[in-house]
Amino acid sequence: MICDSKTDAIRARQSAVRVDLRAVCASSLECAPHPSAPFVNVNCPAVLRLDTTLPAEGEPLSWFGTLGIRSFCGRQREEKDVIPGAFTYHRPSSVAEAVAILVSHGDEARPLSGGHSLIPMMKLRMAAPEHLVDLGGIADLKGITDDGSTITIRAMTTQHELIASDLLAQKLPIIRETALLIADPQIRYVGTLGGNVANGDPGNDMPALMQCLDAAYVLTGPDGERDVPARDFYEAAYFTALAPEEILTAVKIPVPPAGHGYAYEKLKRKVGDYATAAAAVVLTLDGGTVTFCSIALTNVSDTPLYAKEAGEILTGSTLDTATVARAVAAAEAITEPASDGRGPAEYRTKMAGVMLQKALSRAATRAAS
Amino acid sequence: MSDIEQIPVTMTVNGKKVQRFVEPRTLLIHFLREDLNITGPHIGCETSHCGACTVELNGMSVKSCTMFAVQADGAELTTIEGMANADGTLSALQEGFRQMHGLQCGFCTPGMILRAHTLLKENPNPTEEEIRMGISGNLCRCTGYQNIVKAIQYAAAKLNGTEFQEAAE
Ligand SMILES: Cc1cc2nc3c(=O)[nH]c(=O)nc-3n(C[C@H](O)[C@H](O)[C@H](O)COP(=O)(O)OP(=O)(O)OC[C@H]3O[C@@H](n4cnc5c(N)ncnc54)[C@H](O)[C@@H]3O)c2cc1C
Ligand code: FES
Ligand code: FES
Repeated sequence: MICDSKTDAIRARQSAVRVDLRAVCASSLECAPHPSAPFVNVNCPAVLRLDTTLPAEGEPLSWFGTLGIRSFCGRQREEKDVIPGAFTYHRPSSVAEAVAILVSHGDEARPLSGGHSLIPMMKLRMAAPEHLVDLGGIADLKGITDDGSTITIRAMTTQHELIASDLLAQKLPIIRETALLIADPQIRYVGTLGGNVANGDPGNDMPALMQCLDAAYVLTGPDGERDVPARDFYEAAYFTALAPEEILTAVKIPVPPAGHGYAYEKLKRKVGDYATAAAAVVLTLDGGTVTFCSIALTNVSDTPLYAKEAGEILTGSTLDTATVARAVAAAEAITEPASDGRGPAEYRTKMAGVMLQKALSRAATRAAS
Repeated sequence: MSDIEQIPVTMTVNGKKVQRFVEPRTLLIHFLREDLNITGPHIGCETSHCGACTVELNGMSVKSCTMFAVQADGAELTTIEGMANADGTLSALQEGFRQMHGLQCGFCTPGMILRAHTLLKENPNPTEEEIRMGISGNLCRCTGYQNIVKAIQYAAAKLNGTEFQEAAE
């Protein structure tokens, strides 16, 4: 099928029809595939889940090729490709004020946190919000607190701050391990936990981790707050339970028992790359027997994947080879990756299995028995 | 153009207070280069990958191509133009890059030095591994990084008052 509009492409994406993207990108999408495609996710909402065909000769599709829009369809880079569209800038100082701005502008407004997912999209005009609501001036949205059984991380806490937190290092060390595998130091100084989990990009690492930890997201809107479990939040790529007038204000994480084992294993091609596949594991052992095991996977489907069955298979086992193989097979079975610059779908599924196996063995060596 | 709203931003760049009116969509790198004529920070990829545009903002290394100037309102910034010592002599890092041949074409250098500057403030005595991870958001197409790592080790030693030992190849 040949799509020539964004709506077509999204519809086709949802029905998983094969689509020829050349027409889509060249026409009303007004965008090219992600300019940094050899390094990062194919971020275009239209291409994410498509079973793409390789380009014909003379028609380079830049996500298979070299850097940049410059090479895309022979089109030269233009002012409009890299400079974001115009918008009205708002810098509220409270959550209530921010929500009120979102309410009055509906779909045309977007929150801005670290901007390291949103600004690249705006440069490509894949996002063109008319109103940007910068959450950077809201002091309330910063900080990490612990009430004994739950750790609450406020949305504007940066990845750098997650890495530096002694509280997290002690009680939830898997967060630091994961954050260190995200992007590079510069990006981690500004990229926030809230932005990472609210974004809805399956390439983001924190969402699967939050599913593994059974975290809940606190969404604040005009009618107050509601908690949505991370495991129910993600609907499809860039589609989440977040309403346009809501702000994700905090992430609440139940503290795993002291002595739990953990690991986040991520296969990537270079620093700053999104995962080819990644697995998060938290488990507890008692005398060598698994008493609890939670598993989630990154970037091998439209959404992060909570691998419930795989965790259940392992619970009660001694992590013997046969049981681990069964759990890995169960995890692989729920994956549905796209074939892209990171490799064909089959490879990425297998890599999800390999990452899980590595994460399980590292988590086991870290767990108190 | 006149119907586009311009809003005031104030920041301290290399110790000097500046105020300008900008369109909200102006990226910080364009603000620095075009409005302030501070052209040390370079535009390499413009897509948050290469680090050539790295500046220090409120003690953090940031890629100024992926931030709006309005987000930096009130901030303190340092660029390569602010790196020399007050008397005009080269700072330890600049001297290190010079002595250790930490640059060839020099395109990545302003970003590398600014990143290394923040890294050494946070970790005055980094291991080689920490230096390599610390500059992993900065690409260099010329040097192969070896001499950049040495330049940063040189600067760390100088700042710590210890002797720089060049690692055996
Ligand atoms: C080169 C590069 C490499 C990267 N590599 C990785 C990687 O390996 N792994 C990874 O996980 N990420 C990666 N990222 C993404 C980075 O971690 C982003 O910072 C992060 O995904 C988004 O956080 P942010 O604070 O920058 O959000 P923004 O870009 O500001 O926002 C992202 C989206 O979420 C919405 N939003 C933001 N905050 C809220 C909120 N509080 N409530 C409701 N909606 C909100 C925004 O409207 C926007 O739609 C990379 C980015 C770059 C540029
Ligand atoms: S120009 Fe900013 S990271 Fe390359
Ligand atoms: S010296 Fe040329 S890019 Fe680094």
